Amino acid sequence: MSVPVRRRTAAVVGGVAAALLLAACGSSSSSSGTSGSPAASNTDPACADYAAYGSHPGTTVSLFTSILPPEQQKYETAWKQFESCTGITVKYEGSNSFESQLPTRVAGGNAPDIALIPQPGLLAQMVKTGAVKAPPQAVSDNVDKYWNPQWKTYGTVNGTFYAAPNSANMKSFVWYSPSLFKAKGYTVPTTWDQLWTLSDKMAADGIKPWCGGVGSGTATGWLATDWLEETVLRQSGGDVYDKWISHDIKFDSPEITKAMDTLAGWMKNDKYVNAGIGNVASIATTTFQNGGKPILDSKCGMYQQASFYAAQWPSFKASVKIAADGDVFAFYLPSIDPSKKAVEGGGEFVAAFADRPEVQSFQTFLSSPLYADIKVKEGGWVSANNGVPLTDYTDDISKLSAQYLTDPNALFRFDASDLMPAAVGSGAEWTQLTAWFAENKPTKDVLDAIDAAWPSS
Amino acid sequence: MTTGYKLFLTVAVPCLFFATLLVVFWLASKTKARFQTPLARLIFLGPAAVLLFIGLVIPALQTFWKGFLNDDSTKWIGLKNYGWIFTTPDNRTFLINTLLWIIITPIFSTALGLTLALLLDRMKRESLPKSLIFMPMAISFVGASIIWNLVYSYKDPSVSPNQTGLLSAIMIRLGLSDPPNWILWQPWNNFLLMVIMIWIQTGFAMVVLSAAIKAIPTDVTEAAMLDGASGWSLFSKVTVPMIRGTLVVVLTTIAIGVLKVFDIVRTMTGGNFGTQVLANEMYAQSFVQFNYGRGSALAVVLFIAVVPLIVYNIVQLRKEQSIR
Repeated sequence: MSVPVRRRTAAVVGGVAAALLLAACGSSSSSSGTSGSPAASNTDPACADYAAYGSHPGTTVSLFTSILPPEQQKYETAWKQFESCTGITVKYEGSNSFESQLPTRVAGGNAPDIALIPQPGLLAQMVKTGAVKAPPQAVSDNVDKYWNPQWKTYGTVNGTFYAAPNSANMKSFVWYSPSLFKAKGYTVPTTWDQLWTLSDKMAADGIKPWCGGVGSGTATGWLATDWLEETVLRQSGGDVYDKWISHDIKFDSPEITKAMDTLAGWMKNDKYVNAGIGNVASIATTTFQNGGKPILDSKCGMYQQASFYAAQWPSFKASVKIAADGDVFAFYLPSIDPSKKAVEGGGEFVAAFADRPEVQSFQTFLSSPLYADIKVKEGGWVSANNGVPLTDYTDDISKLSAQYLTDPNALFRFDASDLMPAAVGSGAEWTQLTAWFAENKPTKDVLDAIDAAWPSS
Repeated sequence: MTTGYKLFLTVAVPCLFFATLLVVFWLASKTKARFQTPLARLIFLGPAAVLLFIGLVIPALQTFWKGFLNDDSTKWIGLKNYGWIFTTPDNRTFLINTLLWIIITPIFSTALGLTLALLLDRMKRESLPKSLIFMPMAISFVGASIIWNLVYSYKDPSVSPNQTGLLSAIMIRLGLSDPPNWILWQPWNNFLLMVIMIWIQTGFAMVVLSAAIKAIPTDVTEAAMLDGASGWSLFSKVTVPMIRGTLVVVLTTIAIGVLKVFDIVRTMTGGNFGTQVLANEMYAQSFVQFNYGRGSALAVVLFIAVVPLIVYNIVQLRKEQSIR
């Protein structure tokens, strides 16, 4: 899901204006690092790990992304050593309207060398223009070696592999308050049935178990699509999930209808929701950022939200402790079938619009465990690259995310709405599910309307 | 790019620009007398015409053309996009809402503005209340929407007794124990959004109409008063006919602004809860769902809808000017 990536960094909009201004002036002052004397530095022992990336003194690679400061600085630090060893200067450019600017730039012949694309759908759209260049074999080999095979399919369009994953986020989390659980004697559920036993128990104790909010400006409804996806993946498995994405299984099918009914008994159940906020319809008017706030006030038991929600807690309480013995933490949303550990995730993909040697060198570096490990050690960043030891993660929630994302036995799937055509995945599915919550629109009408919006060609 | 180079550019570019202008003017002055008038027209109008062509005419034609193409503009699909606009059942919401916005908002803003202009006309120190009422004009639509979002914000009174939303708080004080979640309160939520636009535009209507009222010659009103007109008859038979032209201009100007309204809807509801309007749907189709065909078709519909208003507006303005 692209939106949270954008939202979570939206607080720092000022920087973009400045970046755009600089970009407009053709300045390169936003780039980091100077090339120094690359030929000499290649003999530097610190450069031993970077020998494979060659020497490209005086070259520049431009990078375009939706990731804004302060994350930008962390990225630039992560490849500083790469820059000084290879002589490549990476020119970073972030924009909070990345999704609409990238197609315009590509159409105008002004494509960046590398773009970090948050949705596979947008990647496919870019490949269709013919501007995306296939990566060198080394990237493909890295992805084969270090990622769950599912990831490679999301970077593949019409049978050709184009883009390696960058960061990843873990969607199958339930946020809760360890202190409330301790005070009330609740235990973290490890099976699907335990989850509902616990929900009923909380309801009987007078605490509504679930809270939520799907509000997100024009993207209102995206969180509801995640809830539906989690349910479909657990109930019907990976095959149905994949066929659902390709529309071989329609929204108005027994499988999806069943998932909607389950979701209705969960997030539309007035015994369960909307804890600390109001009635069922208030889910539609509460922003996803504020959806979990009642957990800190012990007014709500649980909130199903992705790993990146960790960034939200400090805005409610500056001293918040995110740990298994802290104020808030997350547990894995259990699978129905314990033998198939269903994990839903999201992330960005590294697409190249040029195949100059320095671009391919940087692209290969970005798919390496060397880069992922440096980035992970900076904290607050998760990679599904299993070449990164779990012990290198600096915070508990990132470590827990990586544990599930790199599990070779997990039934991993990418966010379905990001893989569907934009008319559905960024359109009808959002608005119709929002109407399902806000107006109690009948399930059948909701599903029919989404099917009707599926592009015919 | 070094600072020195940048400084050089800041100085050199304007210098070069003026030098070119000087050369052009000097050359023009050397031409024969009978070429001078057409040449002067060309020199003064030419650049503006070229820029207008590049910046306005070509994109407009492109939009018109793309309205007949598919989502990524690779295939001709004829009138399908227009068919989609007018035949999809869910689209009825934004068509009806846009119509409601166009009718209700200009009428209410103008009526309120006229009432205030009349009431304030004979007040001492009228500039103070006038500037206060005009103030919302200075706030952007997005800013205004954020303010009103707080006014309409809702908390279940049984969950939290302290209300953030002003409207809910007032209603509870007045004895309504369970106010609705205003933003979800269909179809009235549309009117709650229009209130924001009216709040902004009333000041504009008031200022323009107040100026028009002050421009009515006193001999006309005095003559009417001598003939026995007063109060309502003076207002309806003298004041309104005398400012009729201005009234029409104010109404159409607000109507044009309303057709473009998308910031309020986008900020308040994102087009959900039955409040979608044409301009916001156009944005969503073009830049969220990347269906440039439908987005362009919607833009053309918007353009066609706004043309008669603009023509009428200009005709009225011309009439006004010819009277003076």
